Amino acid sequence: MELTTVWFSLIALLWAGYFLLEGFDFGVGILLPVLGRDNRERRLLINTIGPVWDGNEVWLIVAGGATFAAFPEWYATLFSGFYLPLLLILVALIIRGVAFEYRGKRDDDRWRRRWDWCIFAGSLVPAILWGVAFGNIVRGVRLDEHHEYVGGFLDLLNVYALVGGLTTLVLFVLHGAVFLALKTDGEMRQRAGALAARLAPAAIVVAGAFLAWTAIAHHDAVGLVLFIVAALSLAGAAVATRLRREGWAFLATGATLVLAVIGLFVTLFPDVMPSTIADANSLTVHNASSTPYTLKVMTWVAVFFTPLVLLYQGWTYWVFRKRLSVENIPA
Amino acid sequence: MDTLDLARWQFGITTVYHFFFVPITIGMSALVAGLQTAWVRTGKQQYLRATKFWGKLFLINFAMGVVTGLVQEFQFGMNWSAYSRFVGDIFGAPLAIEGLLAFFLESTFLGLWIFGWDRLPKRIHLATIWIASIGTMLSAYFILAANSWMQHPVGYRINQEAGRAELTSIGKVFTNSTTLVTFAHTISACFLTAGAVLLAVSAWHLKRRNQPEVFRPGLKLGAWVVLVSAVAVFISGDTQARVMTEQQPMKMAAAEALWNSSAPASFSIFTIGTLNGNADVFSVRIPDLLSLLGTGTLDGEVEGINNLQAEYEQKYGPGDYKPNVAVTYWSFRLMIGFGTLAALVALVALWFTRGGRTPRNRWLWLSAVVAIGLPLAANSFGWIFTEMGRQPWTVFGVFKTAESVSPSVSTADAATSLIVLTVLYGILAVVEVGLFIKYARAGAPEIPPDTGDESQDRPLAFAY
Ligand code: HDD
Ligand code: HEM
Ligand code: HEM
Repeated sequence: MELTTVWFSLIALLWAGYFLLEGFDFGVGILLPVLGRDNRERRLLINTIGPVWDGNEVWLIVAGGATFAAFPEWYATLFSGFYLPLLLILVALIIRGVAFEYRGKRDDDRWRRRWDWCIFAGSLVPAILWGVAFGNIVRGVRLDEHHEYVGGFLDLLNVYALVGGLTTLVLFVLHGAVFLALKTDGEMRQRAGALAARLAPAAIVVAGAFLAWTAIAHHDAVGLVLFIVAALSLAGAAVATRLRREGWAFLATGATLVLAVIGLFVTLFPDVMPSTIADANSLTVHNASSTPYTLKVMTWVAVFFTPLVLLYQGWTYWVFRKRLSVENIPA
Repeated sequence: MDTLDLARWQFGITTVYHFFFVPITIGMSALVAGLQTAWVRTGKQQYLRATKFWGKLFLINFAMGVVTGLVQEFQFGMNWSAYSRFVGDIFGAPLAIEGLLAFFLESTFLGLWIFGWDRLPKRIHLATIWIASIGTMLSAYFILAANSWMQHPVGYRINQEAGRAELTSIGKVFTNSTTLVTFAHTISACFLTAGAVLLAVSAWHLKRRNQPEVFRPGLKLGAWVVLVSAVAVFISGDTQARVMTEQQPMKMAAAEALWNSSAPASFSIFTIGTLNGNADVFSVRIPDLLSLLGTGTLDGEVEGINNLQAEYEQKYGPGDYKPNVAVTYWSFRLMIGFGTLAALVALVALWFTRGGRTPRNRWLWLSAVVAIGLPLAANSFGWIFTEMGRQPWTVFGVFKTAESVSPSVSTADAATSLIVLTVLYGILAVVEVGLFIKYARAGAPEIPPDTGDESQDRPLAFAY
């Protein structure tokens, strides 16, 4: 395999990991006002993701850094082109991150309500915008011959991309509900499970529409297979939530997210950002990439350190595997 | 203002802001780890209380470091896309490696530390804070390697056809002399900063005779850390000045507002006047000191701004190669000045608390409390000096700041981003400082006796 293909795949995996992990903690954040009826319950919800959300967010930072290192042209075009949406995402992630840490630091209901709102909005906005961004990347945007984005902000809000945004939103919320059913105990577990069961059909409709639209627009055989498996796995998740098989349901929503992201990247390949103005303007793994030397260095680094990261992050989930219930929240 | 100016203001503001939290994180994680080690080793309650107390302040600070770092990672692409295209082949690597090696380590193990008090065996729990602390230093190393490459590019070639710089040796980038001295200087400065936090907060409590069993050792530890780090900062800063004079002579010339080459060169403590090379109205000078700083000898020649300007025009073509002399001149002095003041305060604090004394003098305590701001200011001025002194280049001698900015970003977008981030950062500063003061005042917690409760639904030892 060419190194450019290796790095394209690695970046796909980083995004898949990001959606898999931060997906559920966005979901938990969005469900905070829905499932958390009082302060103690909201604290319970936040504490299910407390030890891991920052580690999950680093998947995004590494995906960004890896794109910079392996495909600088892609990093430059994407980040300067999607300027305002990215600014919104940044603001959201900032208020959200601070909110987790600061929410409980004052015994004051107004204070806590404000931070709850930050957690909710800070989770909702990126949950939608990542889908919109990926929709636009796969669909293609207006790139000139210097690979500069020449479209406007409103061009990014096309129907396809918006369906993409809706897709990540429902999938993350479902994934979050399933996660909560798996991680909590007592009444919260029941409520989260019931909510997941009710959400699953909606997720099937929205995500199914988005994936079908993508498959039809691009007819990529491998992508199609991945989308079908992703959809089946989502259907499996729906069944598992009905049967209250929480572990299986979580595995299934996770698989849906991972397969869908990989499917989108496979559909994209060998482009990384197609131009809707002229094919010649498209950014591809070849014209966007770093030199073979840099890719080689980065490959060695990735080969040694990625397994290590997976190992200790996996261990964290093991350490905090116990279900939480309101009784565990100190008064 | 055009997009370039806005992007520069945004970079300056967001980065200086990020660097208020970073040194405290780097220094305090190690100090907290040290205190926890003392507790595990001796079993003394006062160390556990100190660990919990300083640990809490550390976490309030850490949250801000994380979220402001996120902006740093994104804004190279957002505001500086031309720069990113040009240097990505080299510059991207340390950034990606920083994420993979350092940020994962930090965030994961800090999560384990915060929530792991009752989940992990004592020694493994202790290991988690050490690992997180090592993560913060690794992160500093990689980002400083990236920055040092901009100060002194090595291990690369220019590919004219592709119109970009390309990496030829990653080893050279990671062993860049600039990286090594910068790392030593910055890490020392981080410890100085964290030491000052301990010193200042402890002084506040000692003035009130609060919990002396925790805050007297806190004051001593903080003051010693400040003093020892100050020595390291001065030594590494001196080395750095020499490396800099060799690699970026214009920066040193501007740092002294030395318009014409001279040997030996004197150093002015301060100047009243215009700094434009005409006549100083008044200045206090130390003979030969600039020669010593820049070259290591008392009569070494230090090149002047005018001479260098002429030299660079020959080398790089017509243009203005002078940084903003006033900013460079004053930021250099303020860095040194504020840092020295912090060291003095630490010395005085140690003197007056020697042998169990606790003096009643208000001013003494007040100055110790103020010490918290001194290294923070010194750090900011240090970076402003480093970055402004490099202008007009982003990559010295290779790529100019004016060429670096994103061509596709409109002035309106750049202005929106600058305003939104500045306002948000302003609000967060108020919140952060408020919480920091609240928890600093609260004092060290009493440790409740171990209930021996091992049941499923016992309350978490720590919860958000
Ligand atoms: C507590 C903070 C602090 C203190 C007391 C000092 N510095 Fe510093 N200095 C920094 C914190 C700092 C910094 C913020 O960490 C910088 C910015 C970039 C860097 O490498 O460190 C810096 C940069 C910096 C540079 C610029 C390097 C470059 O641009 O290549 C020089 C030459 C010095 N310092 C020299 C000194 C000397 C001679 C000092 C005292 C005698 C001194 N610094 C005290
Ligand atoms: C955390 C410490 C740092 C501080 C406080 C800092 C400060 C600044 C400031 C004040 C500017 C604006 C200078 C000007 O516009 O004239 C600037 C510019 C810049 N710095 Fe730094 N910097 C820091 C670290 C870094 C690092 C680590 C990098 C690279 C990895 C970096 C890369 C840049 C770039 C690309 C610019 C844009 C060019 C410019 O605006 O002039 N800086 N920095
Ligand atoms: C302009 C260049 C910089 C970039 C792109 C950058 C990027 C980042 C990012 C993305 C984070 C968040 C990590 C997380 O989520 O856990 C972060 C935090 C951090 N950064 Fe920076 N950073 C820059 C400058 C610096 C400098 C100059 C230093 C040190 C010398 C530094 C040291 C740290 C440390 C220790 C942390 C973690 C602790 C904390 O959050 O307070 N950074 N940075």
